[in-house]
Amino acid sequence: MDKKKKRLVMRTVILAVLVIGIAYTIYAAATQDKTKTLQVGDDAPDFVLTDLEGNKHKLSDYKGQGVFLNFWGTWCPPCEKEMPYMNSQYEVYKDQGIEMLAVNIAQSEFEVQTFVDRYGLGFPVVIDTTKSVRNAYSVRQLPATILVSPEGKVTEITTGELTEQRIGEMLESIKPN
Amino acid sequence: MNLLSLSGNLLFVAFIAYLIATFFFGGAVKNSHDKTEAASRHADRWGKLAISITIIGFISHLSYFITRWVYTGHAPVSNMFEFTTAFGMFIVLAFIVMYFMYRATVIGLVALPIAILIIGYAAMFPTDASPLVPSLQSNWLTIHVITAALGQAVLSISALAGLVYLLKVVKLDKPSKDRFFLEAVMFFLVVVIGFVIASTTFSAMGYEAEFTYINKEEQQAQIKYDMPPIFGMNQYQQLTEGTMKPLIETPPLINAKKLTTVTWALLIGSVLYVLIRLIARRRVSAIFQPLVKRANLDLMDEIGYRSVLIGFPIFSLGALVFAMIWAQEAWGRFWGWDPKEVWALITWLFYAAFLHLRLSKGWEGKKSAWLAIVGFAIMIFNLVVINLIIAGLHSYA
Amino acid sequence: MEKETVICTCGHENPFGTKLCEKCGNPLTEEEKNTKVVDMRYDGKAIRSKTYNKSFVDKVWNFFSSVKVGITLIVILLLAASIGTFLPQEMYVNAGSPIADKGAYYESVYGFFGKIYYMLGLTDLYSSWWFQILVGMLGISIIVASIDRGIPLHKSLKNQRVKRHASFMKRQRVIASGEVADGETTLNDIEKQLKAQKFKVRRDGTALLAEKNRISRYGPYINHVGLIIFLVGVSLRVVPGFYVDESMMVKEGEMVEVPGMPGYYFKNEKFILETHDNNGQLSGEQEKQGVNVVAKNFQTNAKLYKQPEGAVSGDTSELELVKEAEIRVNHPLQYDGYSIYQMDYRLGDLSGMTFKLMNKATEESYGELTIDLTNPSKMYDLGNGSSVEILTYLPDYDGFKDGQPVTKSPNPNNPAFIFMMKTPETPEGETSFVEIKNTIEPLGENQNMMKFVAPQTSNASGLTINKNSTLPILSVGGIIFLLGVAIGSYWNHRRIWVQITDNQLLLATHTNKNWHGMKRELDKLSEHVALPAYEDQLALTDSEDEEEGDQ
Repeated sequence: MDKKKKRLVMRTVILAVLVIGIAYTIYAAATQDKTKTLQVGDDAPDFVLTDLEGNKHKLSDYKGQGVFLNFWGTWCPPCEKEMPYMNSQYEVYKDQGIEMLAVNIAQSEFEVQTFVDRYGLGFPVVIDTTKSVRNAYSVRQLPATILVSPEGKVTEITTGELTEQRIGEMLESIKPN
Repeated sequence: MNLLSLSGNLLFVAFIAYLIATFFFGGAVKNSHDKTEAASRHADRWGKLAISITIIGFISHLSYFITRWVYTGHAPVSNMFEFTTAFGMFIVLAFIVMYFMYRATVIGLVALPIAILIIGYAAMFPTDASPLVPSLQSNWLTIHVITAALGQAVLSISALAGLVYLLKVVKLDKPSKDRFFLEAVMFFLVVVIGFVIASTTFSAMGYEAEFTYINKEEQQAQIKYDMPPIFGMNQYQQLTEGTMKPLIETPPLINAKKLTTVTWALLIGSVLYVLIRLIARRRVSAIFQPLVKRANLDLMDEIGYRSVLIGFPIFSLGALVFAMIWAQEAWGRFWGWDPKEVWALITWLFYAAFLHLRLSKGWEGKKSAWLAIVGFAIMIFNLVVINLIIAGLHSYA
Repeated sequence: MEKETVICTCGHENPFGTKLCEKCGNPLTEEEKNTKVVDMRYDGKAIRSKTYNKSFVDKVWNFFSSVKVGITLIVILLLAASIGTFLPQEMYVNAGSPIADKGAYYESVYGFFGKIYYMLGLTDLYSSWWFQILVGMLGISIIVASIDRGIPLHKSLKNQRVKRHASFMKRQRVIASGEVADGETTLNDIEKQLKAQKFKVRRDGTALLAEKNRISRYGPYINHVGLIIFLVGVSLRVVPGFYVDESMMVKEGEMVEVPGMPGYYFKNEKFILETHDNNGQLSGEQEKQGVNVVAKNFQTNAKLYKQPEGAVSGDTSELELVKEAEIRVNHPLQYDGYSIYQMDYRLGDLSGMTFKLMNKATEESYGELTIDLTNPSKMYDLGNGSSVEILTYLPDYDGFKDGQPVTKSPNPNNPAFIFMMKTPETPEGETSFVEIKNTIEPLGENQNMMKFVAPQTSNASGLTINKNSTLPILSVGGIIFLLGVAIGSYWNHRRIWVQITDNQLLLATHTNKNWHGMKRELDKLSEHVALPAYEDQLALTDSEDEEEGDQ
């Protein structure tokens, strides 16, 4: 019967809409934490920070270059350990279209400067005083390393200490062609 | 006499007035058994006197509320004593309104003793006026708590009507589940009296015993008992000389002081219950049954249903909607699954189920009466257990 | 073969499942014919779900349409919700607890029960998938049951006939019948009086239908619509950008970007804690409950800045002050749909230290210096040829590791310094390692020392940031719900049918609730029009002790 068929269609549509809506809500609620954080493949959020010499570093100015972003603190032992490795790899790759930026999270200039002097770091070290870049990159744990391709995409997110070999591989992966 | 002690005296006057009114309601109900015209005129006169005294009591109760409000500068609903007293006041108010809607004197015979018990219970808590903590400094405290309490009070009337209904309908001469649970309700009421007796006796004796103990965070803390310690806190050390030594030590999770209070209430309540049974030589329900012999069942059922219908929207507004608005303003989240909130939601869901059962499944009469009593039990649980035991885990609300 | 229609004696064709003829009200089922009072819940209309039960979709539909299922869902939800209050939920467990693992926390505090409770996932019950599914099922039940009942009810109320079958009228709960003196006059009188009682009256020859407050019947459906809007609002929270709930701890003087509020910067100017000085008013019970009774006010004086449009993260060069506020409990800072709430605080963080450079033997001072622990300088010149240089600063000193002093956090909880002190007497300088309550002179005995004079402290404010774009939807849902409940509860639908044939009056009444009020309407009517006494066919008798009404 026509009327009966119409009713069946109506019922099917209503139930389907409700079930899909509820399923999506529950799924989205369960995965909400993931969608809010930065993912590999996202555009790297642009930022501008000042280094110890007073030079401004803006991420978008390095378009065409691979950028190695390292979030760190003077008080974090694994950060301290990987810094010299980063420094020596920087010497190798700095003329191959690679930029390396160490982003310190809201420490005083004095502490950062003392640290840089102690290890004789050659790459620019910037301080994220307002923690805004940390927020933008959803960094929760230090050290955290984020690789940005020459096209400005995030290609890798790693937390924890890196070996010198690993750093070399990472830099290799974002070298512009 | 300052405003605070004036307010205390007004509450006492209300308490006495409710006590007297109860006897007059008793007289009114008793005389209505007689069908002669003279007796019915008599009953009418008793009834009128009873409701007048109730109204006087209520005005005095309201004056307590207002004077305390003026004294403290905030609506007196901010601690256990204040809230519970206000709840008692709204029950009396709801009863008075229902009385003028239905002229059911027999409800007064239940409503006033319940109000008296509630005020008595409230008086066992510290009555000092205290300033408001920042989280309570909001007009929403007044709006939310008063509406919620009023809603609960109207819903409670349905349990009172249900109690009358059951007292009349349940056959007490042969064993049944109904008979057992009805007597259990009576026993619970006697235990409340037991709690009041225990608290007043020990505080009149000036009983105090201090202990140190190790709490569940493994810190040393101090506690003062105002009743002889049956249970001791975890690894307690007695500080007060010459007081009773606790009989049993409890693990850190249990608050032995509260357990002691409950035990004393149960102990004295049970003794009292046994005494009543021995003297009267019948069940407590049977003592009250003759009083409700003439109650109109149809009317009780109607009042029970009507008070849920009237109370449910008020409760929804006060305990959920206003609560959510306040929570959104104060904490930025309208709902936080705090135990107190959850139990308000449970109460709301329960009465929603009540209404659906009644409308669609035809649960009327005895079933509806039992549901109303369960609903009241949930509200009392929220008031007593959640406030005193579970919510004690939070310090900010 | 399934029957499609039921034909009444009056000739009207009714859909299958109809209990009372849509046109005249004559009972159509055997069951209805045998009852004393007809089932008027949906005015005898066929509840849609009861009619077809063939395909899978129909079966699912009928499941959710059942009120019994709805009530069962309510009760399950109620019991589940209560289980979640046995132990505090994870979100209320102190984040600063020394035990980081939540499972271990529950086990250590609540023992075996706590362990099981945690393992079953009950410590985060309200965000569990099964709890959300239960709420979702209740939502489906509300929608389906309302469609199935509301639409037929609406149709039947809209197409009411004045003249009804006598057996329909006789099976109403409160009826009256008997002889009246003059049929026509009585009917006219009844019409006049009922109109005075605010009924809408329709006549059809010798029949009359008076009705009022029909809207009351729609109350339940209105409140269900409100509930559904509310639930939809709640679920829209998952839409990205609709809901923000973050928190931050900001020290006095510090400026940070607000989490969840990109482009906004928050500066904590000052945190204020006021207490009641009237200590005599403290209530013992509150003290015992751990309530901070002495607190009168928690307040953060704050400035909110915004970057210009298009500015990138970290660019604080052109910040614009958009709001200056005193944030107190119950009084959040509000801007652009965001609210920032005062939630927590930390008092007395070490923020600075004052030292005196002095000669150990003579105690002669070369001057004082104050070190800002959040931003120390390298060199402090004391004048007269004396100076102090900080060689190393360790904000949270944690002993030596591999011969190096280390700090375990960037927060100045336990500051330590290596100073280079120079005075005219010791121009080549002396090195001193200074930590709280201890000084080491690693390169031999010094003449001078750094004497600790005084600490400076500062406070920190804990704030939460909230934005909830679903609030307008929730408000609309809430208002509609309350309106619906009020309409359904405080109004009563009342109908009176009267038919007078040959001076024989038949009167029947119906109300969805409050029969007491219905009878009062009849009493009032009888005061003005001479009518036969009415009878309540369902009055509960004094001997009532049987299970009643349950099917």
